[in-house]
Amino acid sequence: MTQPQTVEQALDLVPEAGPEAPPPRLQRFQWLGILREASRLTRTRIGLAMVGVIVLIALFGPLVAPHTPTEFIAAPNHGPTSDAILGADALGRDVFSRFLHGGLTVLWMAAAATVLGVVVGTAVGLIAAYSRNWLDGVLMRLNDVLLAFPQIIFVLLAVSAIGPKLWLIVVTVGITHAPRVARVIRGAAQQIVERDFIKAEEVAGERRSRIIMQGLLPNVTSPLLVELGLRMTFSIGLVAAISFLGFGLQPPTADWGLMINENRLSITVMPWGVLLPVLAIAVLTVGTNLVTDGIARAAIGLERSNE
Amino acid sequence: MSATETIREPSVDVIDLRIALTISGVDVVDEIGVQIRPGEVLGLVGESGSGKTTVGMALLGHVRHGGHVAGGVIRIDGRDLSTLGERELRHLRGGVVSYIPQDPGTSLNPALRISTQLVEILEAHATDGGAKQRMARVREALEEVALPSDDEFLKNYPHQLSGGQQQRVAIAMAFANRPHVIVCDEPTTGLDVTTQARVLETVRDLCQSHHVAALYVSHDLAVVAELADHVAVMYGGRIVESGTRDQLFANPCHPYTRRLLRAVPDIAGKRTVVGIPGHAALPGSRPQGCYFHPRCQFARDDCRAEFPPITDLGEGHRVRCYHVADAVRQAPPEGAGQADRRAVGEDVVLGIRDLNAHYGETQILFDVNIDVHHNECVALVGESGSGKTTTARCVAGLHKQWTGEVSLRGEGLARGARQRSGEERREIQYVFQNPYASLNPRSTIGQTIARRLKLFPPDGGGDIGAKVGECLERVALSASAADRFPDQLSGGERQRVAIARALAAEPALLVCDEVTSALDVSVQAAIIELLGELRNEMGLSLLFITHDHALIRTVADRIAVVTAGHVVEYGPTEQIFTSPSADYTRKLLANTPSIEVALGQATAPSS
Amino acid sequence: MTRLILRRLALGVLTLFLISLVVFAAVLALPGDAATAILGKEATPDRVAALRDQLHLNDSVITQYLDWIGGVLTGSFGESTSTQQPVSELLSDRVANTGFLVFVAAIVAVPLSIGMGVWTAMRRDRPVDHVLSNGSLVLAALPEFVIGIGLILLFATSVFHWFPAVSLLAPGEKAWSDPSVVVLPAATLVLAVTPYISRIMRGSMIEVLESEYVTMARLKGLPERTVIWRHAVPNAIVPAIQVTALQLAWMAGGVVVVEFVFSYPGIGSLFIDAVDNRDMPVVQTITILAAAIYVVLNLLADLATIAVTPRLRTEAR
Repeated sequence: MTQPQTVEQALDLVPEAGPEAPPPRLQRFQWLGILREASRLTRTRIGLAMVGVIVLIALFGPLVAPHTPTEFIAAPNHGPTSDAILGADALGRDVFSRFLHGGLTVLWMAAAATVLGVVVGTAVGLIAAYSRNWLDGVLMRLNDVLLAFPQIIFVLLAVSAIGPKLWLIVVTVGITHAPRVARVIRGAAQQIVERDFIKAEEVAGERRSRIIMQGLLPNVTSPLLVELGLRMTFSIGLVAAISFLGFGLQPPTADWGLMINENRLSITVMPWGVLLPVLAIAVLTVGTNLVTDGIARAAIGLERSNE
Repeated sequence: MSATETIREPSVDVIDLRIALTISGVDVVDEIGVQIRPGEVLGLVGESGSGKTTVGMALLGHVRHGGHVAGGVIRIDGRDLSTLGERELRHLRGGVVSYIPQDPGTSLNPALRISTQLVEILEAHATDGGAKQRMARVREALEEVALPSDDEFLKNYPHQLSGGQQQRVAIAMAFANRPHVIVCDEPTTGLDVTTQARVLETVRDLCQSHHVAALYVSHDLAVVAELADHVAVMYGGRIVESGTRDQLFANPCHPYTRRLLRAVPDIAGKRTVVGIPGHAALPGSRPQGCYFHPRCQFARDDCRAEFPPITDLGEGHRVRCYHVADAVRQAPPEGAGQADRRAVGEDVVLGIRDLNAHYGETQILFDVNIDVHHNECVALVGESGSGKTTTARCVAGLHKQWTGEVSLRGEGLARGARQRSGEERREIQYVFQNPYASLNPRSTIGQTIARRLKLFPPDGGGDIGAKVGECLERVALSASAADRFPDQLSGGERQRVAIARALAAEPALLVCDEVTSALDVSVQAAIIELLGELRNEMGLSLLFITHDHALIRTVADRIAVVTAGHVVEYGPTEQIFTSPSADYTRKLLANTPSIEVALGQATAPSS
Repeated sequence: MTRLILRRLALGVLTLFLISLVVFAAVLALPGDAATAILGKEATPDRVAALRDQLHLNDSVITQYLDWIGGVLTGSFGESTSTQQPVSELLSDRVANTGFLVFVAAIVAVPLSIGMGVWTAMRRDRPVDHVLSNGSLVLAALPEFVIGIGLILLFATSVFHWFPAVSLLAPGEKAWSDPSVVVLPAATLVLAVTPYISRIMRGSMIEVLESEYVTMARLKGLPERTVIWRHAVPNAIVPAIQVTALQLAWMAGGVVVVEFVFSYPGIGSLFIDAVDNRDMPVVQTITILAAAIYVVLNLLADLATIAVTPRLRTEAR
């Protein structure tokens, strides 16, 4: 199966560049180099700014909110007043204050699920690619089984069995990421495993764990970074969607996904209750995707100039 | 060449051609001037990065993405290509000028039947006839290249043909429209010598019988010597020497040409090869003055100041060098160095007995028996797929599916490297074919070698850092290379590192798997020199795997010829070259191109 | 080729079997006693006993699985624990609606995204290409419910009033009797899927356009039309086939959220209700359906890949 490419190739500008060209570039920590290159791209900067704004709102919003998220301050769906600058929600609570309070949960849940999924997926992908035997077969079969479940359906299957618990959502979102990450990393690592420097280590009897950690892992940093960004974007979408469906944080807590759910029926009367959290989620996911695209472009650019 | 042909107008006339990169403006090739008359073959020779393919493509009005023609004139049949519109250019390509690609495996469309790919080139230039005539022409073209022309064959997809057949299809395609000019881009790279010989013969015959002017782009001097009427040598994007084949090979005048010829091993005689130090001048990093001066022993101040103008030595022999006289006078004549014989020990270091190897259900090796003595170099020669690399991998414990015996100093070895003792692993070290893939790109050279020293601690211990330096100096690299990453080194330097890594373990046997096939000939010669020196210093035994027959005459003490998994000939080098016993060996030797044989300076080894 | 297809089929069946184990295990994951977990602590013992019986909780795990999978294979998925209706009956009303929605979305999205991929690849690095690839970058980032709500705000409530914000249908009425209710949900799915397929198609097309066989086709003097449509596209489409299958399978999950956003009466909104009520037989049935769709689509993609790749088609007959 072909690996989905996230970004197209950059220009290849040197016709017939012989293999003898040594570009002077240190790359002990390749990921640092990629991030540095990425941070020079406009799209990465725009993306970082977008993510930064939302993270600041989520972190410091609760400190500056004029009201608590649960107090009733006006009639349901009341328009903007001097006290509630963006009006009241379907139950008469301050939309602006609930917005400021509602961002933190989705952020930490998405981050935790992403880290879990990428770590597990990378480990599985590297081991599968390196083993090249029955273990690879078994791991990939299990991978296929998990891949068959649409992510949101898998999470909701678990929720209906165990209940709407935040830890469960984090774990299951992570689990559904893992096989997708594993497939990409395995694909990248398989090309590395085929290279002779791995065989050179094999002939010398180098420890297997060291071959995986020193030989394979540093050579898949580009796809790894890209996956990290991509999975973060999807995690945010999934976690927000689950709470939008009503299976995340439970009322009366303030949460962006939940706010959209609570206010969507009164969208024609009081659009702010829906619009604010929708915009926040949109800005956040577009931001993470722009950063990811910047990283992918930088990684491809570096690889091109190195080989 | 007959008198009428010399009078003919040249089909190809290139004057002062310059092709540059669009963004940086750096020139890829410059001041290129060539003429090719009908029926004539011009060999364009150069190492990687010299710009030879760029010149070849330019004859079709094609410049690769990111570059453009920045000056000069290309005339085909008297028509200036720069005056042609898109439509006329399209009619030129495949109609008047044809192209034979380097690798037909990637140049033929995998999704289309060969009949489709052959017919469409006729359709695109159709001036007369219908589908029936075209089909008849396709069959005729296939017959001209000695391929079957029945419907069954035409229905094949490229992957169903062998490499040689694919190349013939590409040649049939190129000649289908009876072009006036043909550009061959190293069309025999990757073919075995027998197929190569047949393909070259086909190209030569077709060019002669149809009066086609051919540009033959190649890095292989021996092939060019056998095929070309005229030769132009490129270095750093310029032609540094050109003339008739005899002028160029018998009386080379540019220092680069002379050094290049000394780097080429020849099957006609055992001789030392001498590498050229330094590396090639690539677009964007070419020095001021003569591009070759950093590598040239005659370089003086004038060489560093200005690129030399053309010196005409008469009869069309042109050179761009200030010191032609010095170069010719001072450099030793070609092929004079006789390789010295080493004392080969009595004791067997590596013994291979009745080795049978399988890959899945397919048997790759059949009863292979080979001994490598102390301080001996045994070469395993064979075409790709013959099983020579599998043999090496069984010895190293990389390939585990084998039966029989592989022994080190009489002690049988386990199949897999991991089942062998550390001492056994230390004694047998492996150097891989492609130095671009055999070093971890994320480890410094120092880390790579230090790790090997930790796995196989040297006698007496000592400081690892100092040891790493010693290892690097042993392969003529400076100790400061330890801080570098593989991509900061050239291919030749990387291969030196790979050798240093193998030697760090102080092995008894070095398995060299096509260690020079990814390198340019001038770099190959330097690596061969190095291996020779190391053998003398360290008393190493070598199992040397190669498909280059000329090379083995220079390096090997004994030869095992492998084909289809069988060793068909095994004996001392000179004996095999002077009186080969197997038909297969005779055929191989007869088909291997040789400069000396082509020039009539020597006779083919087996004839 | 037959061997290759048989192998893929066997792997598909094995995957489906393992999927059924995972789905079945969800019931076992219910904390404590499944029946009390579903009904809550205040349930009467009679009610709990009845449910235990309905869920066959008194049998051994293996018998439970065999009963359940036997039912699934014969089309009887058990009874809903909240409405007591047979699951198959609950589904039958809604399968057609969801099928219609996904069909409309797919029939628009696939040609659109493939065409866009080819078109932008041929205009690589020109302004159109930049605009479209940045646009698809933004779209690809947005969760489907954000796209859906955006479309509602734009076309149903705040700006224009062209389409209904809520896809209301009378019970038993089918979606195609009032196509306007399908427009926005389908558009949401199209917008969510198109960026992925078109990006892959563009990347693959660019790679093929730089391949040696396309250069060769140009050096043969073929008209550009022939170069693109005969030499480039058939080779470039292969990676896009796999991604298209993945994206269509993704729709099986995507509809859950999209149907909820538009209150569209399909399987997706049924699924949300079932999760809310912890109606395991319904949840399990829909889950296994979605997973089966993935397996089938992947199989079809493999077959399509074999069909367009001569190398796979001709080897190992």
